[in-house]
Amino acid sequence: MDEGQVHNKKVKALEPRRFPGDNAGQHHRSQQGLAEKIYMLTILFDGIAYGMLLFILACGLTVTLGLMNFINLAHGAFAMAGGYVTVVMMNRYGISFYWCLPAAFLVSALIGLVLERTLYQWLYQASHLDQVLFSIGIVFMAIAATDYFMGGQQQLINLPPELSGRMDVFGVGVGRYRLFTIVVCAALALALQLILSKTRFGSRLRAAVDDRRVAMGLGINVPLVFALTFAFGSGLAGLGGAMGAEILGLDPNFPLKFMIYFLIVVSVGGTSTVSGPFLAALLLGIADVAGKYYVPAIGPFVIYALMIVMLIVRPNGLFSRGGR
Amino acid sequence: MLNRRTLIAAAGVALSCLAAIPAAAQETIKIGLILPMTGPFASTGRQVSAGAKTFMAMKGDTVAGKKIELVIRDDAGTADQTRRIAQELVVNDGAKVLAGFGLTPLAMAVAPVATQAKIPSVVMAAGTASITKASEYITRTSGTLPQYSLPVGTWAAANKIKKVVTLVSDYGPGIDAEKWFTKEFKAKGGEIVEAVRVPLANPDFAPFLQRVRDAKPDAVFVFLPSGAGSLFMKQFADRGLADAGIKLIATGDVTDDDILNSMGKPAIGTITGHFYATAHDSPENKAYVAAFKKANADMRPNFMSVGGFDGMALIYAALEKTKGDVTGPAFMAAVKGLSWTSPRGPVSIDPETRDIIQNIYIREVKDVNGELQNVEFQTFKDLKDPEKADAK
Repeated sequence: MDEGQVHNKKVKALEPRRFPGDNAGQHHRSQQGLAEKIYMLTILFDGIAYGMLLFILACGLTVTLGLMNFINLAHGAFAMAGGYVTVVMMNRYGISFYWCLPAAFLVSALIGLVLERTLYQWLYQASHLDQVLFSIGIVFMAIAATDYFMGGQQQLINLPPELSGRMDVFGVGVGRYRLFTIVVCAALALALQLILSKTRFGSRLRAAVDDRRVAMGLGINVPLVFALTFAFGSGLAGLGGAMGAEILGLDPNFPLKFMIYFLIVVSVGGTSTVSGPFLAALLLGIADVAGKYYVPAIGPFVIYALMIVMLIVRPNGLFSRGGR
Repeated sequence: MLNRRTLIAAAGVALSCLAAIPAAAQETIKIGLILPMTGPFASTGRQVSAGAKTFMAMKGDTVAGKKIELVIRDDAGTADQTRRIAQELVVNDGAKVLAGFGLTPLAMAVAPVATQAKIPSVVMAAGTASITKASEYITRTSGTLPQYSLPVGTWAAANKIKKVVTLVSDYGPGIDAEKWFTKEFKAKGGEIVEAVRVPLANPDFAPFLQRVRDAKPDAVFVFLPSGAGSLFMKQFADRGLADAGIKLIATGDVTDDDILNSMGKPAIGTITGHFYATAHDSPENKAYVAAFKKANADMRPNFMSVGGFDGMALIYAALEKTKGDVTGPAFMAAVKGLSWTSPRGPVSIDPETRDIIQNIYIREVKDVNGELQNVEFQTFKDLKDPEKADAK
């Protein structure tokens, strides 16, 4: 009798998660199992949405780092620019959220283009340390400028009603905005992959990266290709910033706060493909959300642990073409 | 080596000269205001300094025959800077009083300077209970987390809330809030089903909110620093926690008046406990809010600003009592037991702990003439910091 009780207690303690709302005995076991599955699906969904967002924010960095071989730590600053464009357009001028997204892309891309032509292009041949110092300087200037013009407080936007709240899909709670994020980001990832692998511009870019001199000899306008690529990457970051304002928040420290996440995505995913960072971002998003849900005490460490393991197992990224 | 020695000697000579000067020219009293004016906590610095300046604009810059000069320095929210600036202010600039301190670690970093130089230090924002224990020369005009977390527990237990999940930021003030809410709520017969701690730098609240939702409590008690709080509020509504019948109760940091209005509808109905609301109904507060808004482009004063305002009120009152004597022991003796009417209501300084005694209000977020406001509906009178009161 006693032994049995002890045994029962042990089983209970070993259960990964208790549902305090469900008093033991009141509910049937299968019901509890079902509830657990539903919770799991919700967490999975949230994780995917978060990962998608990370991908959009970081994929521009993949392009500059992987294809152009430039360490641009100021990438987050472009994302922040996109976020603030959205905030200003929505809160000051009352423009619809849907128009803000392309606007955020365009403005960030334009800023990227201007900075590339005026500043970045002189540093393509510089050492990586110079690039890091230069771009981190840009980050601090962006933070100070944003704080000066927009104030240091958290910026909030109000989404259109059809995007807020959540709905039930077979009992699984699905946030509407998160669903929207997943759809948009997945479409972008697909488009990006197609552009790089199938279009003429994509092959020009790859040629320019592989051998700048030969590409120029073949009549490819390498500076133009680089400038456009840089602008496109910045634009994507801006779009990510605009979409992330709702979930990740937006204040002048955005570029620093998320720099680590971008770098994790790019380093785990590798820089030679689009699908690598894409899967890495998804993996990190899911691991982060699930870790914080199931083991909140050590939740924040989960993604770092994951990163270390991945880098040990596959130092050149998830889908690298092997060591150099 | 020799060079360095000479330098130190020179510094020593310079110091003794400096020390001799103020005796002759004791006309102005410099108050060093150290605040995070840039960085993630810039809004704290902006509010506190605006509050302090509003006080001087309303009451003038002379007290007890001395001219008061405010020297504002930015520590960007990092403790080593706060300490260095505190030393510079005392040694080079001859500041006689230090004030400000946006966060607990920043206030803690100054404590040794305050003790060694016998410089009165007025904490205007940081909220961990133990700060005033770090030095005899520290006093406070903001409030402590235990002080305004405990009444939320009292209120919840008295209002048919039986089961609560607590969700706090995982650092000093958050743990203070969790501890004192839990203690009071349990003592009054409530049950804490789960205690969730969120990392301070946390981008997405989704997993934590889901955890709260799945635990099915009657309410969730929240402490988060104000910026993170507003983000939390949106995600709370988006995840349908309110629709699932989970009430949101919190400390007033979450419904910070500075950004409350931009949180929109989801904030309505939130119950919070705190020491100040812009909507507080008193003639002192009306005058304060009007003066503050006029000087700061219609920005709303929040609880931090009133900490800055009252910090200056405390310094003025103490100087009047000492007739302009600003030396540490005399000043601190005057501070103990001071009482005045603040925009937040009656306040006084506990003679034993040098911490503030004040009313804590329970408020509900309501739409008042098209603006979201924290509307006070219940008052807990003259509360001391429970942590230090308990220790005795």
